[in-house]
Amino acid sequence: MHRDHPTDEFGAPRATAPTELSGGRRRALRIGLGGPVGSGKTATVAALCRALRAELSLAVVTNDIYTTEDAEFLLRHAVLPPERITAVETGCCPHTAIRDDISANLEAVEELEASVGPLDLVLLESGGDNLTATFSRGLVDAQIFVIDVAGGDKIPRKGGPGVSGSDLLVVNKTDLAPLVGADLAVMARDAKAQRGELPTLFCSLAEPDGVAPIAGWVREQLARWRAH
Amino acid sequence: MSGALLLLADGRFPAGGHAHSGGVEVAVRAGLVKDADSLAAFLTGRLHTTGLTAAGLAAAAADGFDPTGLDEAADARTPSPALRATSRRLGRQLLRAARACWPDPVLDGLAAAHPGGAHQSVVLGLAARAAGLAPAEAALAAAHESVNGPATACTRLLGLDPYQVVAVLARLAPELDTVADAATRAAAEAVRRQDAWPLPAASAPLLDLFAERHSAWKVRLFAS
Amino acid sequence: MARALTAAAAPVRGELPVSVARIVAVPDTREDHAGTLLPVLSGAGPLALRRLRAGRGPAPAEVALVGAMAAPLGGDRIAVTARVEAGARLRVTSVAATVSLPGPQPGPAWYDVELTVAAGATLEWLPEPVVAAAGSHLQLTTLITLEAGARLRYREEQILGRQHDWTVHGRPGRLTSRLTVRQAGRLILDQQSDLGPGAPGWDGPAVLAGHRATGQLLTVGLPFTEPVPAALPVLAALPGERESPGEGQGAVALTLPGADARLLLAVAPDGLVLRRLLTQPADPS
Repeated sequence: MHRDHPTDEFGAPRATAPTELSGGRRRALRIGLGGPVGSGKTATVAALCRALRAELSLAVVTNDIYTTEDAEFLLRHAVLPPERITAVETGCCPHTAIRDDISANLEAVEELEASVGPLDLVLLESGGDNLTATFSRGLVDAQIFVIDVAGGDKIPRKGGPGVSGSDLLVVNKTDLAPLVGADLAVMARDAKAQRGELPTLFCSLAEPDGVAPIAGWVREQLARWRAH
Repeated sequence: MSGALLLLADGRFPAGGHAHSGGVEVAVRAGLVKDADSLAAFLTGRLHTTGLTAAGLAAAAADGFDPTGLDEAADARTPSPALRATSRRLGRQLLRAARACWPDPVLDGLAAAHPGGAHQSVVLGLAARAAGLAPAEAALAAAHESVNGPATACTRLLGLDPYQVVAVLARLAPELDTVADAATRAAAEAVRRQDAWPLPAASAPLLDLFAERHSAWKVRLFAS
Repeated sequence: MARALTAAAAPVRGELPVSVARIVAVPDTREDHAGTLLPVLSGAGPLALRRLRAGRGPAPAEVALVGAMAAPLGGDRIAVTARVEAGARLRVTSVAATVSLPGPQPGPAWYDVELTVAAGATLEWLPEPVVAAAGSHLQLTTLITLEAGARLRYREEQILGRQHDWTVHGRPGRLTSRLTVRQAGRLILDQQSDLGPGAPGWDGPAVLAGHRATGQLLTVGLPFTEPVPAALPVLAALPGERESPGEGQGAVALTLPGADARLLLAVAPDGLVLRRLLTQPADPS
């Protein structure tokens, strides 16, 4: 969470998006979720919605490669009412839509705020992309990068902006570690080396309440957002 | 003064254009655009129809024609509801970027008058005006936008050789100038007469058809 | 900017059209004569007007446009105006396609159509197609002014060349057109098309993609067809289309800005298919 600092790690100014809606109410906290294809981004979003929907007013924006696939997964599993889920087309290029030209995503977030708001939290999911895709600070207040142990235990060592700079690194599918020969201790050590003090969570969304640590982190962010 | 024009016309200007194919996604799926030659034919048609129309509206907006009247003229020149919605959405996204670049009460007024978005070409003209550009430059930016987006989309959709695609655009450059000239002259006449009638209203039947088909697709890569 | 756009600007012309055919339809207000009268029905130049049917009761008065000689030829300036007054019903057809031919002098022929429909009046303007023969250039301008509550069914079909033009000349003529529609002072449709040799990109994949016919059916306050189709498909595919439904042709129904105004737009390989797309939009098979 970088709201506490006026500049990022490179000394550049932080998010330019206004944090207040007209009327003076603080807008919803925006959290981005990125990561490689198949690491469990959509499953994380779905699990977070189930875990938090009773206590928070939530909405989701998906940035799919094929328009509506992730949005439809969320709809099919009824994690939120359909009017709280918006799919943004990205023209084959999700990382452009979340990083270089965020206008369509900003529109989507604002339209959700206008149609189903007031909102506490908006989750923005990136289409599965490579390790370099990160969200613009003009779009999100914090970002979660989701990788999984099945993708290989060397991903944390390889680094990249998502692994090293995300506000939370989630290493998903820990239950598969023995099956794919991934060493969680190595992953934790490499992540620490890449990320310094930034947190990393190991979890298995397939297990009951596997999302609890991530949900807890989101609650902390929201508390700080509201206090700020 | 051309520095601002380069910025406004840059495909990386964050105004949402990257996610739009200008109909080329349908043309590709229909097998009508499949290589550099058919892309060139597509872009030529687009430039001289909706590109010319957009250039006229942009030039008129940059020339001080009343934006409300231009917005109505743009509506009438866009019979496809899908294209009207796309144009307004892109107009709103462009206005967001333009207000960050060139703060201007006229842009604020446009945003207030059209909360759902004004037409993209009208916003482009007013953004150019706010940036200190001439109507001819606004027209050129609109003409460029009408072919640059679809060309980029085509590179992604077909995996065309990017050097072939950029060469297609280079060969079209003189026609961009011709279209921008015609649009600028028409805009000056419209301003002189205080009437949108002289503005080009060129249309292409297949672009309207493509836009409606595209909006009905369940699976698509581009927003339009 | 209401002032600029409601000041119904007429197209700019170097000179006025030479021949203006005129139709005026008014309600028959004589006792026991409910229906429509045609107090003005005057042909001019190459355009003759023939009364096909008197307007009795709710049935419209019917008039046919008859080409009295080969026209339009390059250099011709012809025009037709029709005014339908409040409560009147008029249907205008033509007995044959209008074939645009090259004239003795180079340059286009001009054909202006001006239609005015009052509140509560109905105009059906359903002529046969305009066909551009090789070497010809026709400039077709249509200006439609509707009062609030006016009803309209307007068909326009453009055919690029006869079979003969393609087999002998390998090319059609050129058709440049503009259709402008105002409803209650508001501009609801304004579109130009430029098709045929000399028009950039006209046969390319953004405009006609090699098709030779395009047309549209504009309706205001009326369904596309009567009786009303049970369910008008948004997108009518053509029969025999391979794979995913021939994206390059067919018809599409567009809702225009303005009140109860719709445009059925079609692109087809020939005039027969085009007519079917425009008259049977509910029956794509």
